[in-house]
Amino acid sequence: MAEAHPVGFQWVMEAKRRGATVIHVDPRFTRTSALADIHVPIRAGTDIAFLGGIVRYILENELDFREYVLAYTNAASIVSEDFRDTEDLDGLFSGYDPRTGTYDRTSWQYRGHEESGGGHEETATERESAAGLRHESHGPPMSGHVTRDETLQHPNCVYQILRRHFARYTPEMVERVCGVPREKFEAVARAWTENSRRDRTTMLVYSVGWTQHTVGVQYIRTGAIIQLLLGNIGRPGGGILALRGHASIQGSTDIPTLFNLLPGYLPMPHHAQHPTFGDWCASIRSAGQKGFWSNARAFAVNLLKAYWGAAARPENDFCYDYLPRMTGDHGTYQTVFGMIDGRVKGYFLFGQNPAVGSAHGRAQRLGMANLDWLVVRDLFLVESATFWKNSREVETGEIVPERCRTEVFFLPAASHVEKEGTFTQTQRLLQWREKAVEPPGDARSDLWFVYHLGRIIREKLTGSTRPRDRALLDLAWDYPTHGPHAEPSAEAVLREINGYEVATGRPLASFTEMRDDGSTLGGCWIYTGVFADGVNQAARRKPAREQSWVAPEWGWAWPANRRLLYNRASADPEGRPWSERKRYVWWDEESGQWVGEDVPDFEKTKPPSYRAPSGASGVAALDGVDPFIMQGDGKGWLYAPVGAVDGPLPTHYEPAESPVRNPLYGQQASPARKLYRRTDNPTNPSPPEPHSAVFPYIMTVSRLTEHHTAGGMSRTVRYLAELQPEMFVEVSPELAVERGLTHLGWAHVVTSRSVIEARVMVTDRVAPLWVDGRVIHQVWLPYHFGDEGLVRGEPANDLFGVTLDPNVLIQESKVATCDVRAGRRPTGPALRDLVADYRRRAGLDGHQPPVVTVDTDRPDTDRPDREE
Amino acid sequence: MGIRTRITSWPVYRQLTGTDPLGRGAAVRSPRTAALSPRTDTADSVARSVCPYCAVGCGQLVYVSDGRVTQIEGDPDSPISRGRLCPKGAASKNLVTSELRQQRVLYRRPYATEWEELDLATAMDMIADRVLAARDATWEDVDDQGRPLHRTLGIAALGGATLDNEENYLIKKLFTAMGAIQIENQARI
Amino acid sequence: MVEPHTAVPVDPAARAGYLAPPPRMGFFTDTSLCIGCKACEVACKEWNLVPGSGLDLLGMSYDNTGALTANSWRHVAFVEQPRPVGWQTTAPLAGLPTGPPAAPTTAGVGGAVAPEQGTLPGVVPASDAAPAARMADGAAFPGTPGTPPSGSGDRGRRAELRWLMMSDVCKHCTEAACLDVCPTGALFRTEFGTVVVQEDICNGCGYCIPACPYGVIDQRRGDGRAWKCTLCYDRIRVGRTPACAQACPTESIQYGELDDLRRRARARVERLHADGVTEARLYGHDPNDGVGGDGAFFLLLDEPEVYGLPPDPVVTTRDLPRMWRRAAVAALAMAVATVTAFLGRAR
Repeated sequence: MAEAHPVGFQWVMEAKRRGATVIHVDPRFTRTSALADIHVPIRAGTDIAFLGGIVRYILENELDFREYVLAYTNAASIVSEDFRDTEDLDGLFSGYDPRTGTYDRTSWQYRGHEESGGGHEETATERESAAGLRHESHGPPMSGHVTRDETLQHPNCVYQILRRHFARYTPEMVERVCGVPREKFEAVARAWTENSRRDRTTMLVYSVGWTQHTVGVQYIRTGAIIQLLLGNIGRPGGGILALRGHASIQGSTDIPTLFNLLPGYLPMPHHAQHPTFGDWCASIRSAGQKGFWSNARAFAVNLLKAYWGAAARPENDFCYDYLPRMTGDHGTYQTVFGMIDGRVKGYFLFGQNPAVGSAHGRAQRLGMANLDWLVVRDLFLVESATFWKNSREVETGEIVPERCRTEVFFLPAASHVEKEGTFTQTQRLLQWREKAVEPPGDARSDLWFVYHLGRIIREKLTGSTRPRDRALLDLAWDYPTHGPHAEPSAEAVLREINGYEVATGRPLASFTEMRDDGSTLGGCWIYTGVFADGVNQAARRKPAREQSWVAPEWGWAWPANRRLLYNRASADPEGRPWSERKRYVWWDEESGQWVGEDVPDFEKTKPPSYRAPSGASGVAALDGVDPFIMQGDGKGWLYAPVGAVDGPLPTHYEPAESPVRNPLYGQQASPARKLYRRTDNPTNPSPPEPHSAVFPYIMTVSRLTEHHTAGGMSRTVRYLAELQPEMFVEVSPELAVERGLTHLGWAHVVTSRSVIEARVMVTDRVAPLWVDGRVIHQVWLPYHFGDEGLVRGEPANDLFGVTLDPNVLIQESKVATCDVRAGRRPTGPALRDLVADYRRRAGLDGHQPPVVTVDTDRPDTDRPDREE
Repeated sequence: MGIRTRITSWPVYRQLTGTDPLGRGAAVRSPRTAALSPRTDTADSVARSVCPYCAVGCGQLVYVSDGRVTQIEGDPDSPISRGRLCPKGAASKNLVTSELRQQRVLYRRPYATEWEELDLATAMDMIADRVLAARDATWEDVDDQGRPLHRTLGIAALGGATLDNEENYLIKKLFTAMGAIQIENQARI
Repeated sequence: MVEPHTAVPVDPAARAGYLAPPPRMGFFTDTSLCIGCKACEVACKEWNLVPGSGLDLLGMSYDNTGALTANSWRHVAFVEQPRPVGWQTTAPLAGLPTGPPAAPTTAGVGGAVAPEQGTLPGVVPASDAAPAARMADGAAFPGTPGTPPSGSGDRGRRAELRWLMMSDVCKHCTEAACLDVCPTGALFRTEFGTVVVQEDICNGCGYCIPACPYGVIDQRRGDGRAWKCTLCYDRIRVGRTPACAQACPTESIQYGELDDLRRRARARVERLHADGVTEARLYGHDPNDGVGGDGAFFLLLDEPEVYGLPPDPVVTTRDLPRMWRRAAVAALAMAVATVTAFLGRAR
């Protein structure tokens, strides 16, 4: 956090000053570790084992915050008798189909809900369409009525299942898997549990060190289980904070430029699941579901109405048929392979630099070299704009400029001070930026580019009678413009995002005002309220010292300007603060409403004593003790009967590439991971496959304070470039001896995809680990470097292949195996020869590791048929 | 400047006659020093902005003189950042005024070995033509069972995490209407 | 250990001819709060329009700036040491298959290869490997190929680890030798007690460079003039915080009235000692030291040398009055002799 979010870290320092214990778990000792009370070096890719150990520690010692757990989580909910755990099936849950690599989730459901599990086909579709991402604003659809055992004794209640599932995550096992000594693990477990419950809370902070794994979603699930068990969700000083790495990456998820989502986490329609508007709406909400998400139809109608304005009417299902349909995975990696295969003709890059920033850089560049045309919009000539003349593939002869047909348009972009608009920061806070100056030369905002591109396209289609062009011609695309360049009004766009009454133009104050009859429109329901009362609430700048510590009048947070989600949980079931120290939102009997420091995340006047009548659904079905108002049952989920496609509980699997045999289960890596089985996307072998010793070391990558992501905004900036002027690889003194590396000398790092060279940094901050009785070495690389800019170096992301988390289709680029050799890499075509030789030695020519582990050395257990 | 002023402003005169006989402080202040004031004091305008790097969302004040950014520093009013910036945020002026910033449209013809310049309006028109051509060449109306697809898999986009919400909104709106579905950004990565 | 105050602090501004000067202002840099982000280096350069200082990987941990120079008025030093720091409750590398630490060797290598920073003559950063190697105090790491992997037989030799970071800056000495030797009046004492180079006066004579006991002030290559931290004289004149302190995310750099900062610093040391960070000590706070105390002082977690600071800085012009007196005597004697000679000839 100190490395990548230094200004956010001031609040950690503030907490430290007040006596907080700071624990930092990271494969290497970073600037965050330097200030931490406890630094835990861990083997990259084993966090579920570590966190699972904490879950076990809590449960075995009964350290959970029982009152909170009983009232606010699904600990008491009873799961189907058909459920079989990884404990029973050596690393697989019940319902696994080795042919498709997916689960039939029927047996994972709560008892009596088995019909809502969905078969393999549904799971496969969800995997292909990264359906897990939808749940960023709300839980997955499910019926709200659940059988519970408040004594937590029923063998199939979630609490007991949890106990059994995590029983084997002992401190000894944590040490064996993670390389974390037992004493260190126990120090963390003690600190975490002692600093939680009624009077205290503990916060968990993560970033892409958790998401970029084949089991990334389950990493976060494990964190959520701990935080729910300890009562750290919905309370001040608690929670799980995702530190996002780009100015508006939260915004670009809420108002998604993502293939599978529409604004406000509405799903992009799927051709088979949602052929009609009715199917689509029905799929978003489940009959009988509790909570606000049951209004999904209104949200959907408002979006369509915002897109197609007057043309969107009830009788044509609000132009639902204009929406394109997914047929499967259309994610960025699928798209890149589509480029290599010639299926994609044109590509737009908006301030993103996949030649450096995405996994498998060579595939990215070869893909772009096979397009008809490419449009790059950026401040600088980034590597993704110059791949055709300046890249390693040009060096190796794989791209020959005279034979590369890609037409490239570079359009300079306006910087953040040369346009106005909102960013959504990492805590869902929208902040409006004023424009300071005009952009230089041909530079324009992306708002200008998209608006005028749409305008020109629509002009070219004028008079067209083709059905396919209706969606463009009927598009509501009449934004007011101003200035010499006809800049569209960002504020007008924000108004549309907020939504308004069609007849009067009155901005909506809340998404509860949205109607499903076409009388209101709104482009992103969760953002409704940002323009309440016709005021740009995101532009509010009341100084911090002039308002409460929650600072509600600075910017605007979705939803409804709430700063802390699920804050009903900051009060006990009767509505009283859990403790004076931790009071935040509580029930005021006198005024008959929820009051406190923040906007209550609950119906304002629903008393804690409210119990829904039987048969109720939607908001009315939420009891006065159901704080998780976006979940189908109003509870925090220790166990996820739906939502995740790779298991209802987190399970430690080894990364797709690991030098270690999974000590916990026969199944080596996630059986549901998403693979692209292509010869240009090999995976290094892992045990029990032969030849894993060819790539004996673990590599991981991350950021340096001095640089930003793919370097497009830092290697180009003199004062930043000079602070970290060269690509390097951090190795321990032990590995330096083993491989003959000298400090500041050269080394090259090899995987089955590529080889890159870097200067060597021998440092005590990287240390080898004891893992399962062996010494395991890890190396670390920054991923900021590329071939353009003031300082240059080879891109670390070239080393990774593409294997994805099945829930959200994010790649595993925080861990891989590699070899490290002293000296510089070969140049020209010899570079590819070296990699080919490694592939041959690793037995990868024409071979891909099986998804379900085949291990002839282990006794077979009760497992389904294996893929051959 | 009169002869008297010139004499009295001469450091040696000041040194000999003033309170600073050793000439270490008050006596040796140059006219430039005496007139020194922060350039932000004379800015024509100050824009309230937000740092463009990570997602902490630190407040920035952007000082402008003669249409040029002269300083960017932390906004002390921000409850998030309290006026502080990390090295990247602190380098924001360098970012927006960098001499490496490309200010003209560049065009690389198929099989060319160098860039050439292109007029922005021409570029926009060419891009629109290419979008329509790629869309027509790859359009899919219905699937094999006659269910609607209404899309093209021939056009893709990547990026948005560094853009504004309003920009992302228009990208998604236009590309969706165009039938392009492979619209992605860093949130997937 | 905090030194009790024994002397009434000298007010350098009053001594420099300011009638009723404002309180003396300064920096307190608390390295126990530093996260090594280098925001101070960048914010300083942005505000003061300081040129770049070169694109060199120095290998001195994450320090690629190397030293305070004409082109770097803040410099963050990074020191990796196989030692504990008081706030750690467990040893970071305890129980791991580690061998001896790398730090002395790597620091030495880094020092040996560090190139000049594009400045003249100044201090070439860590041009001598030995002081760099002193940054760490563990046993030497063999570092040679062919040595058996230490992990296999040598369990747990390296358990402790701390990473010290310190943002160094001009000390704005009470007794400032640079100012004493400046023949043009380019270097002057401000009403805030700080020491500033006037860029329109400096003629690049370079006398100030060897005079600085800390090696701070430096001549810029291609320009010739001397440059260093001004404590953002232009900003503080209108009541604003210097750029580095304004940017510092963790309040490691604190700006304020020197008396107040000294009080804060003493309280901070006491608090750290109470919290078990017994290695915390102040540097440059004492008006009785060889430079009369610094306007920019530090809370350190190790000996000053570890950070590249002189342990006992002495104003290089301390002996000047005595030398001048001797010179005067000598000159007088010479004059007498000369006069006598003339007189003798005239006779």
